[in-house]
Amino acid sequence: METRYIGRPVRRNEDARLLRGQALFIDDVDLPGMLHVAFVRSIEAHSRIGDIDCSLARERDGVIAIYTARDLGDYCKPGPLLVPPPPIDGLVFHSRTHHPLAVDKARYVGEPIAVVVAESRYIAEDAAADIDVDIESLDPVVDLATALDPSAPRVHDDLESNLAAHVVQEKGNYEEARQNADVIIERRFVCDRGASAALENRGVIAHWDDRSQTLKVWDTTQAPIPIRNGLAAMLGLSESQVHVIAPFIGGGFGPKMMMFYPEEVLLPWISRRLGRPVKWIEDREENFVATTQERLQVHDAAIAVTRDGRVLGVRDEFLHDTGAYDPYGLTLPINSQCTVLGCYDVPNYYSEFKAVFTNKTIVTPYRGAGRPQGIFVMERLLDLAAKEIGMDRVEIRKRNLIPPDAFPHDNEIIYQDFAPLTYDSGNYAPALERAVEMIGYGEFLGKKQSESRQQGKLLGLGIVTYVEGTGIGPYEGARVRVEPSGTVTLATGMGTQGQGHFTTFAQLVAELLGVDVKDVRVVTGDTREMHWGTGTFASRGAVVAGNACHAAAQQVRKKILALASDHLEADQADLELSRGRVAIKGVPDSGISLAELAVLANPLRGAVSPGTEPGLEASSYFGPRSGTTASGVHAMIVEVDPDTFDVAIRRYVAVHDCGKVINPLILEGQIQGGVAQGIGNAFYEQLVYDDDGQLLNASFMDYLVPTASDMPDEFVIEHVETPSPLNPLGVKGAGEAGTIPVAALFAQAVEDALSEQGVEICQTPMSPSQLFELVRKAAQQKAQGGDER
Amino acid sequence: MKPAPFEYRRPEILDQALEILAEYGDEAKILAGGQSLVPAMNFRLAQPSLLVDINRLDELAYIDAGDNESNDGGLHIGAMTRQRAVECSSVVAESAPLIHQAMPYVAHVQIRNRGTVGGSLAHADPAAELPAILVALDARMRAQSKAGQRWLAASDFFTGLFATALRPEEMLVGIEVPRLADRSGHAFIEFARRHGDYAVVGVAVQVTVDSSGRCHSARVVLMSVGDRPIDAQAAAAVVSGQKPSVEVIREAAAIAGSDEIDPHSDVHASSDYRRHLARVLTSRALEQAFTRAGVRVE
Repeated sequence: METRYIGRPVRRNEDARLLRGQALFIDDVDLPGMLHVAFVRSIEAHSRIGDIDCSLARERDGVIAIYTARDLGDYCKPGPLLVPPPPIDGLVFHSRTHHPLAVDKARYVGEPIAVVVAESRYIAEDAAADIDVDIESLDPVVDLATALDPSAPRVHDDLESNLAAHVVQEKGNYEEARQNADVIIERRFVCDRGASAALENRGVIAHWDDRSQTLKVWDTTQAPIPIRNGLAAMLGLSESQVHVIAPFIGGGFGPKMMMFYPEEVLLPWISRRLGRPVKWIEDREENFVATTQERLQVHDAAIAVTRDGRVLGVRDEFLHDTGAYDPYGLTLPINSQCTVLGCYDVPNYYSEFKAVFTNKTIVTPYRGAGRPQGIFVMERLLDLAAKEIGMDRVEIRKRNLIPPDAFPHDNEIIYQDFAPLTYDSGNYAPALERAVEMIGYGEFLGKKQSESRQQGKLLGLGIVTYVEGTGIGPYEGARVRVEPSGTVTLATGMGTQGQGHFTTFAQLVAELLGVDVKDVRVVTGDTREMHWGTGTFASRGAVVAGNACHAAAQQVRKKILALASDHLEADQADLELSRGRVAIKGVPDSGISLAELAVLANPLRGAVSPGTEPGLEASSYFGPRSGTTASGVHAMIVEVDPDTFDVAIRRYVAVHDCGKVINPLILEGQIQGGVAQGIGNAFYEQLVYDDDGQLLNASFMDYLVPTASDMPDEFVIEHVETPSPLNPLGVKGAGEAGTIPVAALFAQAVEDALSEQGVEICQTPMSPSQLFELVRKAAQQKAQGGDER
Repeated sequence: MKPAPFEYRRPEILDQALEILAEYGDEAKILAGGQSLVPAMNFRLAQPSLLVDINRLDELAYIDAGDNESNDGGLHIGAMTRQRAVECSSVVAESAPLIHQAMPYVAHVQIRNRGTVGGSLAHADPAAELPAILVALDARMRAQSKAGQRWLAASDFFTGLFATALRPEEMLVGIEVPRLADRSGHAFIEFARRHGDYAVVGVAVQVTVDSSGRCHSARVVLMSVGDRPIDAQAAAAVVSGQKPSVEVIREAAAIAGSDEIDPHSDVHASSDYRRHLARVLTSRALEQAFTRAGVRVE
C-alpha cells in the first residue's frame, strides 16, 4: 500500500521544543508558596532503627515540618505489589514491599527514614543533616551465593530465609536429552548490577488545592494513570480529584515504571497536610541508591548438543538478586527464564530460579529487563559448544534457528504477561545471513584477523542473535479529535521519555486523516486528557498505544467521510482525505476542509441526529491477546590492546526485525541508544557493592557511562520486516532490542580477539582490569600444564 | 547535593586574599576554578566555613617565558591561569612541550575553561596530570603569605593524598618551569577508561641525551599509583648514562612497576593491573621520549 507517513523517516515533531529548551520538564514547575523536600536516608545496608531525634533540625530557620514513619500513622503501609506472580505450578513467591518511610528496620543504603520540608532545598538538606537517627547495625546480606545459607542474616525477619521466590519451568525432558547428547557444556555465568543512569533523575511535585478539593501531581513516572489511581485510593479521593501529569522526561528506561516510590506516596500526603505545593527533585547522589537497579544474576547452565551441532536441551539454574523488596514481582527472572530460549528450537528445557532478598537497592526492570542475562547465557553456551565440537559459530546457530514455517512457535512456558510464551512470527535466517555479510564474516576469519595478528593487533569478531518479547497487554487507549482549526489533537495515557511518541503516533493519525503530520498535536502523560491506560514499559508503546491511535483515527475517518458525504451530497467511495480536506477523488481543491467539517459537526442550533454524537472525535482501545516477539542479529569487530587490554569497537552491525516500521529514523535512534546502553553494561558500567552493602561508585566520576566518543567507529543498521499477525499495524516493539544482545556479543568478540591467550569470558561487564586478570589466570593455567576446568 | 552553609569573601587583589588567609588560616578554603572543590562541597565532603574566591585576582593569570623575575629563560605560569589557556599557549608549547602534550588529558574542554593551574596543583590529587608533570619537569612552586614568599621544589610540594607543603596562611601563586636543555625529549601517556577521566595510571617522562646519544638525565613520574605523584628514581637511574635500548627501557619499566609504587585497588582497577600498566606505559613513554630527543631506540 502506498503510504504518506507510515514507514517514512519523518523528522521529530517534538525536537523544536526540546532543542530550544521550551519543553516542560518537572524541575521547570515553580508554584507560588512552594516548599522543598529532602530525605534522611539510611546510611547502612541493614540496621534496626531506634530513636530519631529531630529537635535540632526543627529549630533551624525555614524548616516547616519533619515526618518519620510514626508521624504518618495509618498512611504508613507497605506499598502495592505491582505485578502479581504468573500462574505457574508449584511457584513460591513471598511479596515484601516497602513502606514510604522505614519502620523499625532499614534494609538498604538509601532507604528513606525521615522527610524534611523547608522553604528551600538548601535548608531542607541542612536540617536533614541535623537529624540524629539512633541505629543498631545488623549484618547485611550482600553476596547472592551465600544469601540462602541457613546461617545468613535475614532481610525480612518474618521469613524463614532470604528466598523471595522459587520457580521451575520445564519443557520436554532435559535429563533424557542429556543422555543422548555427544557433548555437554556446563558453566557458571554472572551478570552484575547496573544503573539506568537516565539524564534526568526522578522528581515529584504535589499541590493539594483546598478550594477545588483536587490534587495535582507532576511526576517523572512512565505510568501516570496507575499513579493517579493508586494515589486516589491511598488518599481516599476519587480518581477525578487527582490529576497526574508526566511532562517531558529525560529518559525512563524502566526504573521510572516502578511504583510506588516512597517519594511518590509522601509528597501528595505532605501537600495535603500543609496546604502548600511541595517539590522534590532527586539528585544524582540519591539516584544511585534510591532509584531501582538491575541485572545481578548467577546462572549455572548446561547445554546438551550432538556432534553435528543440534541442541538437544538446555538446563539453567539461577539466582536472581531482587534487592531489599520485590514490588515488581517476578517480571525480571521470568523474562530471563523465557529469553534463554532465544531464536532457537530447544526441544528440552529445564529452568529453575530462586529470587533472593539482599540488603541492596530494589531491583526492577531496566531496558532489557532480564533478557540480556538470558541471551548472555544461551549465546555463550552456543559459543562454547561450537568450540568444543569444532563447528563454526554461525553454523551452530543456523542449525538451531526456529524455521520460518514453525510460527506461531509455542515455547511451552509462561511469559511475564501470564500468557504462554508463543512467538507470533519471525524469519531468523535471513537476518543472520545479512549480518554475516555486513560484518564481512568470511573475510575477517579467513584473512583479516590473522593478518592483523601478524602486525601485533588483536582483532575479534562477535555475532549473536536475540529475541525481544514486546508489546504486552493489557491495553492502551487513544482519543482523536479534529479541532475547528483543522488541526488534530491526539491524546494517549502513556508517559513519554524520549521515544518520539509525538511523531510516530502523529504519523499513524495523519496517514488516515490526510493532514500534515505537524498538524497532529499529541498529548501524552496527562490524566485529564486521557482517563484510561497503563504505561510506557516493555517496549509496548508502538504496539499497544500505536494500534489504539490507528483504531481511533479510523473511527474519526469514518465520521469525517459520513458527514462530508452528507454535506457534499457525494458517495463516500468518491471522496478522499488529503491536505486537510475531504475532496472528490482526483479534484484536490474541491470539497470541504476538515476545519469547516469540525464546525459543522458541532452546531450551535438545529439538532444532532439521534444516534450520532457531536464532533469529529473518537476514542479507541487496543489490547493484544499476547505479546509479539521481535528479533535481530548484532555483530561487531573489536580491537583489544595486547598490553593494556583496552577494547575499541571498530565496526558494529545490527540487523533488526520489529515487524512493520513506522519511522525508520526514530527506530534507528532507539537501536543506537540501546546499543550505547548495552556497551555500557558490557564494558563500562558496574555497580560495585562492598561487603557492607555500600555502593562504592555512586557518582558519575566512578560509575562510567559511555559517551558519544565511546561509540563504535562504524555503526550500520538494517531492517528486516516480518509483520506481527497480532495487531492491525503489524508492528512489534523496539525499545529494548538494542541493549539485549550486547553483553553476549561483546564477550564473544573479546574472547575471539584473545583466543590465543585461552581466555573464556563468563561474566559481564568486563573491564580492562578484569580482562588482565583473566589473561593472567589463563597463562598460569597453561604454565601449570593443564587446561582443566 | 547542596553545600553546607559557608561564608563567602571575594578579594580584589592578592594582598587582600593573603590578609584573609592570615586571619582565618585553616578555616578558609580557596576557591579557584572550583572544578573539584564545588562538587566536593555539594557532596558535603568538604564543608569549609569560609570560601575565599580568588577569581578576581587577574594578577595571578599569566604565562611568561623567562623575562619576568629570573632571567634564566624559565617558564612562569600564574596560579589563576586557566588550564585551557595553558593548553592553547604557543609559549607553553615551545618551552614546556610536556605540559602542552598533557593538557588535553585534563578532564574536558568545559572543565579546562574554568579549571586553573594553581587549583589543580593545590588540590594535589595523585591521579591528576599537572602535579606529575611538574615533578617530571623539576618545576618550582611559589607560595606566598602576608609574611613573604618562598619557593618549593615540586617534588617537595606534594606531601600526601590531597596534601601539600602549603601552610594554612599561604597561597600557591605561581610556578616556574626551568628552561629545557638541548636534546630533550618528553612523553606523556595515560590510561583512562574514557577520554577525560582521571588516569587509571599515567606517566610523565622527561629525558635529555648527550651528543653521543646516551641518556644524560631522566625523570619518570607516575600518576595514580600512590598517595602523590611518584618520582620513579630507580627506574630513571637504569636509563641514566645508558644508550637507550629496548632492553634498558624494559628493565627500567619493570622497576617502575614494582618496588617504587604502591598502587591501590579500586572499582576501576586492581593493584596488580595498575602495576602492569605502570610497566607498559613507562616503557612506551620512555621510548617516545628518547625518540623525541633524537635517539633511535633499538
